[in-house]
Amino acid sequence: MPRHTLSVLVENKSGVLARVSALFSRRGFNIESLAVGPTENPDLSRMTIVVDVDAQPLEQITKQLNKLIEVIKIVELDGASVQRELLLVKVRAPLADRVTVLQTAELFRARVIDVNTDTVTLEATGTPEKLQALLAVLAPMGIKEMAQSGTVALGRGPRSMSGAGTLRSA
Amino acid sequence: MSTTATATAAAGEDAPTQIAAESVAGVESTDRSLAEAAHQPATGITGAQSLVRSLEAVGVDLVFGLPGGAILPLYDPLFDSSVRHVLVRHEQGAGHAATGYAQATGRVGVCIATSGPGATNLVTPLADAYMDSVPMVAITGQVASGFIGTDAFQEADIRGITMPITKHNFLVSDAAEIPQRIAEAFHLASTGRPGPVLVDVPKDVLQATTDFSWPPRIDLPGYKPTTRPHGKQVREAASVVQAASRPVLYVGGGVLKAGASEVLAQLAELTGAPVVTTLMARGAFPDSHPQHLGMPGMHGTVTAVTALQKADVLIALGARFDDRVTGQLSSFAPGATVVHADIDPAEIGKNRKADVPIVGDAKETITELIAALTALQAEQGRPDLAEWWVQLDRWRETYPLGYDLPEDGALSPQYVIERLGAIAGPDAVYCAGVGQHQMWAAQFVKYEKPGTWLNSGGLGTMGYAVPAAMGAKAGRPEATVWAIDGDGCFQMTNQELATCAIEGIPVKVAVINNGNLGMVRQWQTLFYEGRYSNTKLQHRGSGGGDTTAPRSVRIPDFVALAEALGCVGLRCETAEDVDATIEKAMAINDRPVVIDFIVGSDAQVWPMVAAGASNDDILAARDLRPVFGADQV
Repeated sequence: MPRHTLSVLVENKSGVLARVSALFSRRGFNIESLAVGPTENPDLSRMTIVVDVDAQPLEQITKQLNKLIEVIKIVELDGASVQRELLLVKVRAPLADRVTVLQTAELFRARVIDVNTDTVTLEATGTPEKLQALLAVLAPMGIKEMAQSGTVALGRGPRSMSGAGTLRSA
Repeated sequence: MSTTATATAAAGEDAPTQIAAESVAGVESTDRSLAEAAHQPATGITGAQSLVRSLEAVGVDLVFGLPGGAILPLYDPLFDSSVRHVLVRHEQGAGHAATGYAQATGRVGVCIATSGPGATNLVTPLADAYMDSVPMVAITGQVASGFIGTDAFQEADIRGITMPITKHNFLVSDAAEIPQRIAEAFHLASTGRPGPVLVDVPKDVLQATTDFSWPPRIDLPGYKPTTRPHGKQVREAASVVQAASRPVLYVGGGVLKAGASEVLAQLAELTGAPVVTTLMARGAFPDSHPQHLGMPGMHGTVTAVTALQKADVLIALGARFDDRVTGQLSSFAPGATVVHADIDPAEIGKNRKADVPIVGDAKETITELIAALTALQAEQGRPDLAEWWVQLDRWRETYPLGYDLPEDGALSPQYVIERLGAIAGPDAVYCAGVGQHQMWAAQFVKYEKPGTWLNSGGLGTMGYAVPAAMGAKAGRPEATVWAIDGDGCFQMTNQELATCAIEGIPVKVAVINNGNLGMVRQWQTLFYEGRYSNTKLQHRGSGGGDTTAPRSVRIPDFVALAEALGCVGLRCETAEDVDATIEKAMAINDRPVVIDFIVGSDAQVWPMVAAGASNDDILAARDLRPVFGADQV
């Protein structure tokens, strides 16, 4: 099934996340990843939802989401968008292996954000594919722990989804 | 109470929708001066007073409810209000009464309950109203803000619980929000695809001091229902209909909600096409009209079901291709081009792909479709459907709705319902519970007018009939309101007859008493080799429909129960007594009346499409499969 990324602007009110996630579960749609955060407009939040569905159920998901009163706008972000995830990964790195770990990090443009005698913690951002590749390379060294965010995404080009003016700090 | 004028709320920068109070609820207040008093701004009043004033200002005349701790502050100003409060015996009764009121009057129904168990008792009626798109506002008390989340006494997260069964819900966090939330709740409930809206108000918010002004700004930036159909889609639909040789108008409950019965009749006559009305649309098109084929679906007429199967064009108006109508979806109306008009875009393409989708209000859509078709017919003439009607008429003659009288001489439930419809007539309002009696009431009462048939279609809520009849009668006191109930359903909610007796709401109840959970028993007969597991509601060997058994004690005795609840109780056990008993009930208007009709327990609902089967496999009666022979299209 194809992967679809929905960017959903919602009112920044309590309970909206519960409404959206409950809608997915009750209508039998699976969420691959979900990320929620603030936007340039303090009244709005953006949810970036990745789903693995065919076109017909995708249309139904979009229509059902649109029925939620607090959902303002939904856009499907296609290839003409930038999509990123954040990965924090704690890798086993005794002195003997440490150079390999650091070289791998450099190769993937990951940063070292914590280090001790046994492990190194790396921070990496990128597309889900790039992070998967990084994890595949790190796996033989021994991954102690990891945390990964959902996808966040924006359309390319000068237009914005909310259509509102540019936010400038005072 | 201070009524000093205060400055009205500053308008928002983004020019929010301002909606006049009357248009929100669609209600004309009977008492102008009271309504105007409710519009006066006030300062230094309580949240509870602000809520009561908001209800008055939005045009509410009647609410159904039951007080308790958290909602108690609201009941004090309600005591002095122009809003009539009907004190129910169970909150579920308040919810279904609000639905019955809404379905019979077209206005928003309102129910009130306290926190915790009061609120959770509204869950079934809210789910019921959500499935049947009923405009309803439920107001619930909540524990004080500081107690929320602490498992306080009578705390339940009713907002969380009702998220999937309401169109929207609010938890009011500040007394200053009350007028806005109430106005928004009524706006949401009554516009677009109607539905229930719940407003949860913590006790401290009801007790807080606040100001009141009306109308408040309505700020729902994500809510813009489309009512005006797209012109291009309507013209496309018109050309599809004009080219059809076997069209069917598939009419759903949305037509009733839009008040579109008159334009529907015009459309039907303009096209000459046959009409089927779903369970939710009975009364949208007169049963006496020669183009009406009856109800489609699991227990629809053979002609209505078969017409859909053989159609080349379906014009679905405010209908949602429910599984009880389509049967097995993959074999439903296989040759039909589908025009699907609905106010809810999510319904279009949900179950059946629409070839011509139209999003819009049913009345506006039908009106524009008539204009487009009139223009086409002026150029091309009226399509000739004579051949289609020859087939339809042959099916109608061969497979009319009917029933066999019980062989054991027991009273026929279908006969009782048929006579009730004939005697009470097309102006009466009929409310059914859920089960066999509901299907017979949909089949054998002849509906001629909108708002005369109320039932729980989507959720299938046993116990709906008595409280819904109470709400309908309270909303339309001039109408005769009959609840047609089963003995199983009746035992779920009959306590509201006490409410009816005390509040002066003289409904009439026909209990179709077969001593069993009849529809479940029918399925046990058909699909479980007659193993009647837990469907008999009487002692083995006692009466209650089993006429071969000795007439021992009936549990309960519905006549005695009716009398105990302040109603007149009547019993009828033979066909000869049916008319006289109904007429006797029709003559009693100062109290509710209950007739206990003791009917045979083996009567079955036919025709029938078994669950999951194709509509092509409809059985006109048990083991009787219609043969369409040379008619086969």
